[in-house]
Amino acid sequence: MELFETWALTLIVFLPLAGVLLLGLVPKANERALKAISLLVTLAAFAVSVGVIFRFDFSGLPYNTYQFEVTETWIGAINANYHLGVDGISLPLLVLSTFIMVLAVIYSWNHWEEPRNPKAFLILMMILATGLNGTFVALDLVLFFIFFEVVLLPMYFMIGIWGDRTPRLIPGFGREVQTRLYAAIKFFLFTLFGSAFMLLGFLALYFESGNSGERTFDIPLLTELGASGAFTGTFAFLVFGAMFLGFAVKVPMWPLHTWLPDAHTAAPTVGSVLLAAIMLKLGSYGFVRISLPILPEEATRWAPAIAILAVIGIIYGSLACLAQTDMKRLIAFSSVGHMGFVMLGIATLTDVGINASIIGMVAHGLITGLLFFLAGSMSHRYHTREMSRLGGNMKLMPVMGGILAFTAMASLGLPGLAGFWGEFMSLIGSYNPLEGLSLGVFRTAMVLGAIGTVLTAAYMLYLLQQVNLGEPGEEWQGREFHDVDRFEATAWVPLIVLIVVIGFYPKVIFNSTTDSVVSLVETAFNAETTASLGRGG
Amino acid sequence: MATEAEQAVEAGITGGFWVDNAGIVLILPLVAFLLILAFGKRMKNNGAELAIGALAVNSVWATVLFVMNMTSGVLGQTTFEIARIGSDLVFELGWVVDGLSIMMYFLVSVVGLIVFIYAVGYMHGDVRVDWFFAAFSLFAGSMLILVGAPNLIQLIIGWEGVGLASYFLIGFYWEDMANVNAGNKAFMVNRLADIGLMLGAIILGLAIGTFDFAEMDLAAAEHVESLGAVAVVGGALLFFGAMGKSAQFPLHIWLPDAMAGPTPVSALMHAATMVTAGVYLMGRVFPLFEYLAAEIRPWMVAIGAITLFAIGFLALVADDIKRVLAYSTVSQLGYMMTAVAAGGYTAGLFHLFTHAFFKALLFLGAGSVIHAVHSNNMSDMGGLRKQMPRTYWTFVVGTLALAGIIPFSGFWSKDEILATLGFEGYTAVMVIAIAGAFVTAFYMTRAVALTFFGDYKGHGQPHESPAIMTVPLVALAIPSILFGLFNVPGWHIPGIGNFSEWLAVRVVPMGDHHPEAIDLALAGSGLLAAVLGIVVGWVIWGKDRETQAERDRFDIPVLYPLLHNKYYIDDLADGITAGTMGPLARFTNWVNDYVIDGVVNGVAIMTRGLGSFVYGVVDQRGVDGVIHGLGAGADGAGSALRKWQTGRIQQYAASFVAGALVLIVLFVFVI
Repeated sequence: MELFETWALTLIVFLPLAGVLLLGLVPKANERALKAISLLVTLAAFAVSVGVIFRFDFSGLPYNTYQFEVTETWIGAINANYHLGVDGISLPLLVLSTFIMVLAVIYSWNHWEEPRNPKAFLILMMILATGLNGTFVALDLVLFFIFFEVVLLPMYFMIGIWGDRTPRLIPGFGREVQTRLYAAIKFFLFTLFGSAFMLLGFLALYFESGNSGERTFDIPLLTELGASGAFTGTFAFLVFGAMFLGFAVKVPMWPLHTWLPDAHTAAPTVGSVLLAAIMLKLGSYGFVRISLPILPEEATRWAPAIAILAVIGIIYGSLACLAQTDMKRLIAFSSVGHMGFVMLGIATLTDVGINASIIGMVAHGLITGLLFFLAGSMSHRYHTREMSRLGGNMKLMPVMGGILAFTAMASLGLPGLAGFWGEFMSLIGSYNPLEGLSLGVFRTAMVLGAIGTVLTAAYMLYLLQQVNLGEPGEEWQGREFHDVDRFEATAWVPLIVLIVVIGFYPKVIFNSTTDSVVSLVETAFNAETTASLGRGG
Repeated sequence: MATEAEQAVEAGITGGFWVDNAGIVLILPLVAFLLILAFGKRMKNNGAELAIGALAVNSVWATVLFVMNMTSGVLGQTTFEIARIGSDLVFELGWVVDGLSIMMYFLVSVVGLIVFIYAVGYMHGDVRVDWFFAAFSLFAGSMLILVGAPNLIQLIIGWEGVGLASYFLIGFYWEDMANVNAGNKAFMVNRLADIGLMLGAIILGLAIGTFDFAEMDLAAAEHVESLGAVAVVGGALLFFGAMGKSAQFPLHIWLPDAMAGPTPVSALMHAATMVTAGVYLMGRVFPLFEYLAAEIRPWMVAIGAITLFAIGFLALVADDIKRVLAYSTVSQLGYMMTAVAAGGYTAGLFHLFTHAFFKALLFLGAGSVIHAVHSNNMSDMGGLRKQMPRTYWTFVVGTLALAGIIPFSGFWSKDEILATLGFEGYTAVMVIAIAGAFVTAFYMTRAVALTFFGDYKGHGQPHESPAIMTVPLVALAIPSILFGLFNVPGWHIPGIGNFSEWLAVRVVPMGDHHPEAIDLALAGSGLLAAVLGIVVGWVIWGKDRETQAERDRFDIPVLYPLLHNKYYIDDLADGITAGTMGPLARFTNWVNDYVIDGVVNGVAIMTRGLGSFVYGVVDQRGVDGVIHGLGAGADGAGSALRKWQTGRIQQYAASFVAGALVLIVLFVFVI
């Protein structure tokens, strides 16, 4: 099976791109073939990623050892290589990515937003898949950057073409613009702005690495250099800051988040799902994969600031949710809060906190992905997302309403469902952050985070009350609505099952992440595993 | 490798089939929940058979354990790991079998079973009965997860599950927004209190080094002095969590509103599940408060005392019979909390035990009456003792038990509380508790008089409920009379001992401090207060014929408005939430759209302005491209987008892909 070891990751990344080629050959009118090809390609990528799980060595390899590695010289002149690899931290995210992509194709089967054109939409989805999968396995900064950026374009077109056409008055613009246009451009420029700084940071690392040997973009090599203290002082501070901008925009962290509610609200359903479920994780993954291991000293300097921004995000996002009247925009803002917990976990720089952030990413991907599916399907039927007009959905579409209630509960972090562990363990991490970090800051963050969980409950109950409960409004009386159809069911049931399974048996995720994270914390921060706990609960 | 706690448990372990597989009790109702969700609609009784079946098996199982524990203490613990972070932080699920958990298994299963059977009659012909029994099963199942939890983490899971199920059940008739709001209120107040539970669990877990109750008990018993303030803060936070579920002042406000759900829900919620969770938690971590966090115990006693005295008064002016019972529950929970806080492990939990039976009985009795007269208001009732004799007699039994009349069960448990308070030196609180007994007897007499005596004031012809509802009443009346005998001071039932001994079976054995023999003077005072309450109540309401008359009698300036408005606590809470959250949320949204996005849009507009300036003045084609790159703003790119939309997208995508592929092939294979 040598062949599988060397080709698995390349297949996962480039199968969708090969799919694009096939899709290009099929005439636009043959929708069945188009959909079948997309499904096959994504299923194949998913199958390979499952194969990776089965052949993955879970025996607790130290951090910075990667499996399924491929290294080929790529751009020799700048010593950039085609270097892929996966470890315990990236594995769950990679599988999440290939998995959600399959569900997105299934859902798309009979859900096309205007102006339809499945061929173009599917092509964009496949390009997106390559970018997303690639980011999680890239071990070379140039490669990482390219995958990271490849994602932008298809999403830009998805929002700009298939997005919401409602005209909107933007303060200062003088005239109305369509929501989709404003959102698409905002999304594109905002992320590009962050990426520019990120690239600067990468280049700085490249040149600086020349001081201790050959200049390199190689993440494992840079990690080694970082652990040995090669990057310090103002230089490292600025580099961390530059990369912070790139990742923080993507997460998004307050106050760089404002592209997110607009992009989500405007995007077509599948776009929102992919955005929330996978794309947001590119940023937080970047922190764990690049910022922390390569610049550990700077991480400890920046950590309190990150924690403070994260907590502001938690409270701010929840409060903003309470003021929303648009169902989709509410869910979008909830991402700001949830990703705040993810970032709080990372900021603690402890094994508990970073594990929390990874399970938080996965859980958020499943839960918020499902929420956007639901919001899309509902606005597809009601032709409105205004919560004041909705209500009594439990009566009109009981199954969809039930799933919405379940997902809302998962989203508010109900113990026993996936969302709980990320939040709870972030709080554990912040009680005992890495030695040397300010206890005052982190314990305050813990208390505020806990208050955030109450606010989260408040807006989720508000959502349910507005959408699901009560009597249906006048305009819906006597109307027949088609409850969950089979494509929706096929796409959603796996999500529901996973949310419950991870909720009761989080080991599914931790089995993969724990050893890598513990080793990461030990090598990067010279820390004993932090929380000195005996038998736990 | 067995840890210390496991060894300690094993030292006294009985093991065997019933102990080793006790996890069945935790799982069955949840299985029923899922099955009813899936198949309930297609079943003859809408899934009630599954719900009842699960609890019937549970009842047998719990009774066996209960009896085993009577004859020889039963200890056991089974856990399995669900997560491990590093080498130290371990999360586990499992179940505990010891005196305390067995008592709760028994209580939840048996009372639950009786209420479920009753509900078949009560809910007959109602809307979405299948969902009712599903949520009901989830309710009981979550409570069992909670009481069977070997550690704080599983307790939190069960705890929130109970909260979730209560949200579903309180808002069961969700077509009416008032019910939805009641459910939201319950969920939010509990969620607020859960901050305490979560943070308390984190702080104690990290400080003591374990989330495992047995290990915590052992650590506490060894007096881990070094913890100091940490344990006190952690303990106080846990107590805050308990205050939410167990409706302690001022977090009690959700409970009276929670009767928006069907009456069987109230019966279960006020008796065996939900509200008992907080008192149970205090009992479960009792050694912690005994040894490590003793400083906060007086504060806990104070909160319990306020709850038991002040909230009971509210029952005096309520017209809704369920509201009377709800306030009495809050008051009785105050008794339990006071007792546990004062150091009365047995006293608090014994009252929890007896109260579960007679309060379930009273609620089901009220439900039977409501079912007959189609109103919750006592002003629509009266004289029902003739039409509904079985309901009447069982309701009287419940009333006497609640009032604390010898030999009904409530007398013995309340006496135990009084004795504990006296022994621990809380004399003032003891006097309050005796006065509280008077108030309890007083308002319950009022409720009985207004409901069952005088003339019928409602509409239609009420008649006795069917057997499926009255048999459960009898089934609850019997333990309400008899179960007090489990713990008669100074009496060890031959061969099986007494309740105090059964409950003491823990990894760290629990004991009580006060003398075993009965204090006749104290018991006499408690009884006298109760009898006085009944007599005075009867004098005032016994011959009442006009509902308005009883209203007027209480129309005392200041006092009546104060009680009628529930001490304005609800208004205050509503005012604070509405006054802060709404504006805060709107302010945040405003900041988002105008301040942060103002900056973002401002930059865009300025860039565009700069762009046209450069273009207009410098007029260079090269610069033009840069402007586009920087984003000339909405309209420019918008028209570009519109072009893509017209079908050129494929060309673009195709060229993009082709380019990418060429690059890949080039770089991977050629270079």
